[in-house]
Amino acid sequence: MASVAPRGRSYRVALSALGAAAVPSLASALPFWLHLPENVSTFGGKIDGLFTLILWITGTIFVLVEALLLFFLFRYRHREGRPAHYTHGSNRLEVIWTIVPAVICVILALLSRRSWAEIKQNMPHGAMNVEVTAEQFAWNIRYPGPDGKLNTADDLVTLNQLHFPVGRPLIVTLHSKDVIHSFFLPEFRVKQDAVPGMTTHIWLEATRVGHWEIACAELCGLGHFRMKGFVTVETPEEFERWMAETAKEAAS
Amino acid sequence: MSTIAVARELPPGVHPEPTSFWRKYIFSLDHKVIGKQYLSYALFMLVIGGLLAMLVRWQLAWPGRPIAFMGKLAPEGMPNGMMLPEFYNSLFTMHATIMIFFAIMPILIGAFGNFVVPLQIGARDMAFPTLNMFSFWTAVPGAVLIIWSFFVTGGAAQAGWTSYAPLSAVMPRGQTLWLLSLLVLGISSLLTAVNLITTIINLRAPGLTFFRLPLTVWALFVTAVLLLLALPVLSGAMIMLLFDRVLGTTFFLPKGLIISGQPLTNAGGGQALLWQHLFWFFGHPEVYIMILPAMGITSEILPVFSRKPIFGYRAMAYSILGIAGLGWIVWGHHMFQSGMNPILGTTFMISTMVIAVPSAIKVFNWLGTLWGGSIRFTTPMLNALAFVSMFVIGGLSGIFMASTPVDIYIHDTYFIVGHIHYVLFGGSLFGAFAGLYFWYPKMFGRKMSDKWGRIHFAITFITFNCVFFPMHFLGMRGMQRRIYDYSQYAHLKGLQPMNQFMTISLFVLGAAQLILVLNFFLSMRRGEPAGDNPWRSNTLEWQTSSPPPHENFHDIPTVYRGPYEYSAPERGSDDHWPQNEPPSGRPVTAHG
Repeated sequence: MASVAPRGRSYRVALSALGAAAVPSLASALPFWLHLPENVSTFGGKIDGLFTLILWITGTIFVLVEALLLFFLFRYRHREGRPAHYTHGSNRLEVIWTIVPAVICVILALLSRRSWAEIKQNMPHGAMNVEVTAEQFAWNIRYPGPDGKLNTADDLVTLNQLHFPVGRPLIVTLHSKDVIHSFFLPEFRVKQDAVPGMTTHIWLEATRVGHWEIACAELCGLGHFRMKGFVTVETPEEFERWMAETAKEAAS
Repeated sequence: MSTIAVARELPPGVHPEPTSFWRKYIFSLDHKVIGKQYLSYALFMLVIGGLLAMLVRWQLAWPGRPIAFMGKLAPEGMPNGMMLPEFYNSLFTMHATIMIFFAIMPILIGAFGNFVVPLQIGARDMAFPTLNMFSFWTAVPGAVLIIWSFFVTGGAAQAGWTSYAPLSAVMPRGQTLWLLSLLVLGISSLLTAVNLITTIINLRAPGLTFFRLPLTVWALFVTAVLLLLALPVLSGAMIMLLFDRVLGTTFFLPKGLIISGQPLTNAGGGQALLWQHLFWFFGHPEVYIMILPAMGITSEILPVFSRKPIFGYRAMAYSILGIAGLGWIVWGHHMFQSGMNPILGTTFMISTMVIAVPSAIKVFNWLGTLWGGSIRFTTPMLNALAFVSMFVIGGLSGIFMASTPVDIYIHDTYFIVGHIHYVLFGGSLFGAFAGLYFWYPKMFGRKMSDKWGRIHFAITFITFNCVFFPMHFLGMRGMQRRIYDYSQYAHLKGLQPMNQFMTISLFVLGAAQLILVLNFFLSMRRGEPAGDNPWRSNTLEWQTSSPPPHENFHDIPTVYRGPYEYSAPERGSDDHWPQNEPPSGRPVTAHG
C-alpha cells in the first residue's frame, strides 16, 4: 500500500516492483482464461452474450471502483498539516449511487428474463423426445423408437449414450431413481437437476455434429465425479442408422 | 484488572468479580472472557477447516497422489495415503461446515459480538450473563460432535454443507452426527442472538440513541435478528431430516426411491425440494449473517484511520436494514436449476438483482469515507481495505449467477466456489482479521506487532487472490464443484497446471497464518503497551482502560454525539472527539 515512511522503504520498493511486474503478466494471461468453451447449442449464444455483457459491466465497475480506491489511498494518505475533510456525506450522491446500480440491475434482470423464458419456460414444437433417468452413477436414456412415442413397446434404452440429430430440437425429460443429479452439457450450456419424485424438462438443439460429454453437476455420492455420459450429435441419416442398429442389438 | 472496582460498592445487577480460576476463566459470566473464549474456539476451528481445505486442494492439484502420513492418520479414508472419493466428499463437506458454523460465525458474532457490543454501548455486561456462559458451553459440545464424526463408521458427513436430501437421508452415520452437532450449535447461536438483541435494545448508555450507535453494533443487532428468525427454520428442517434418518419418517423421501439397487420401502409422500426451500430460507440470510458483522467492523475502522466521519451514516444503517429485509426473499436463487418452476426463478432473479443495490451503497460510502481523509495504513486498516476491495469482487461476481440464463451454465461450477470465497474469505475473514488487529489492544492491553501484521497481511492478500481468483476461470471452463477427479472429463483436461498453482498458493497462504498465530500469542506478553485509546478512537470501548475492568466502566458513560466525529473543525488540532465527552469539559469516565 502507498504509505511512505522512511523505515522499511526498501522492501516497499521491492514489493511495488513485484506488483508492477505481476500486473502485466497476469493481464496478458486474461484473454486466454476469460473465454467460455465452444458453444454448440442454438440458445447457447444468448447465454454467452449475457455472460459477456455482465462481464463488461461488472469489469468496468470493478476497474473504476478499485482505481478510485487506490487513487484515494494515495491522494489522501496521511500528511502532517493536512487535516481530513470534515463531512457527513451527501444526500445527492446517495440518491445517485442508489438509482444507478438499481437501474443497471433491473435492465440486466429484464434482459435475462427473456432468454430464461425461451430456454426453460417454453418447450419447442416438433422436437424429438427422450427420457433420461439418472441413478447413482449412470444416465439411462430412453428413446421413443420407430413410432416416435415414449413409453410404448418399441422404446429403446441405452446406458450413458445420448444420440440425437443435428438441426432438430430435443426435449429431455428428467427423472431420478435415487438422489438428486444434475444433467450438465457444458458445450450446450444446458443444466437441469434430475430430482427423485419429480419430472423436469430441458430442451436443446445442436448447431453441428460432434462428440461431447454429459457431466453430473449435483453431488450425488461417492461416484459423483465419474457419473459421465456421452453425447453424439449426428446427421439425421446417421441417427436413423444408429437407431436401427441399436434396435437390432436390443432385439437379439 | 482495576483495583478501584473491588474497593467500591457494586451497582445493582453487577456481579462481584469472581476470584476462583474456574469462575474467572472457564465458567465466566464476563462478556469479555466469553468473547475471548469464542475467539480461541473460532481460531482453533479455523485451523482445522484450513487443514481440510489443504487436503481438498492437494487432491485437485495431484489427483490420486498419495500422502504417506495421511495413511496413518486416516487409514479408512486414505488407505496408504491414497484419498478415497467418499473421504474427499467428507473433506469439502466438513471444510465448509466448520468454516461457516464453527469459525466465521463464532469469531464475528461470538467473539466480537460478545467482546465489543457491551463496551461500545456503555454497558457493564450482556443482558443475560448466565445465558451467555451457557451459549458458549453449548457451542463446545457442538464442536466435539462435529470432530467426533470423523471417527465413526463411514466417516464424517459427505453430502456437502447444504446436505441436500435425499442424499443426506441415506448417507452413513456421520451425517446424523452432523445434524446433532448443528442442532446443538443452533441452540447456542439462538441464545446469543436473544442476548445481543436484548442487550442492544435495553442496555445502551444514556444518550446513546440508535442513530448514535457505532455501525458494528448496528450490524450485529441486525445479524442477531436474522439469526433469531432464520435459525429455527434450519433447526426444524434438520429435525425433519434427522427423523427421516432414524425414525422412518419421509419428509424428504418421495415414493419409489431405489438406493443402490434396493427399494427404500418406507419412502413415499415426501418432497426432495422441500429441504432445499427450508435450507436456503435459512441459508441466504445466513450469508448476510456472515457478512454484515464484517461490514460493521469495516465501517468502524475506515473512519478511525481516515480520521473522518463515516460517509452517509444513515445510508449505511438503512442499507444494513435493506439487506436484512431483502435477504428473506432471495433464497430461490440457489434453486434456479433445481426443477423449481422457472417463473418463480424470474421472481427470485429480480429480488436478487435488487439486493445488489444496498451492497453497492455500502461500497460507495466506504469510498466516500476515504475521500478527503487523512489515511493511516495500520494493520487493521489494511485488512479493512482488503475487505472493501475483495468484497467488490465477491459482490460483482454475484451478478453473474443472479442472471438466470447465465446461472444455467455456471451453477454448481467453480465460479460459484470463487464467488463464495471472495465473500467469505475476502469479506468475512479479512473483516475478522481487521477486527482482531483493531480490538486486540483492548482485549489484552498490548498491541500486536505492526511489522509482522503487515507481513501477514501482504502474504495473505496476495496468495488469497492467487488461490481464489482462478476459480472463476475454472468455472468458466465448466469445472463442476465437489468433484474428486476432474481429469475424467474431456472439457476439464488441461486444467491441472492452474489447479496446481492454486494449491501451492494455498500452502503459502496457510503457512502465512502461522505469522498471525505467533503474533497473536507473543504480543500478549511482549507487545507494545497499548494504553486506553491507542487508535485515538471515539467509541466508548476506548474510553475505559485496556483491558477494561471487570464491569467495564467505573461509571456508566453518558453519550453526547455520534461515533465518528473525527477532525471536527471546532476541535482544532484534536482530531478525535469521544462520544462521552461533554460538549465542554472532561469526559465522564473512570479514567477521565
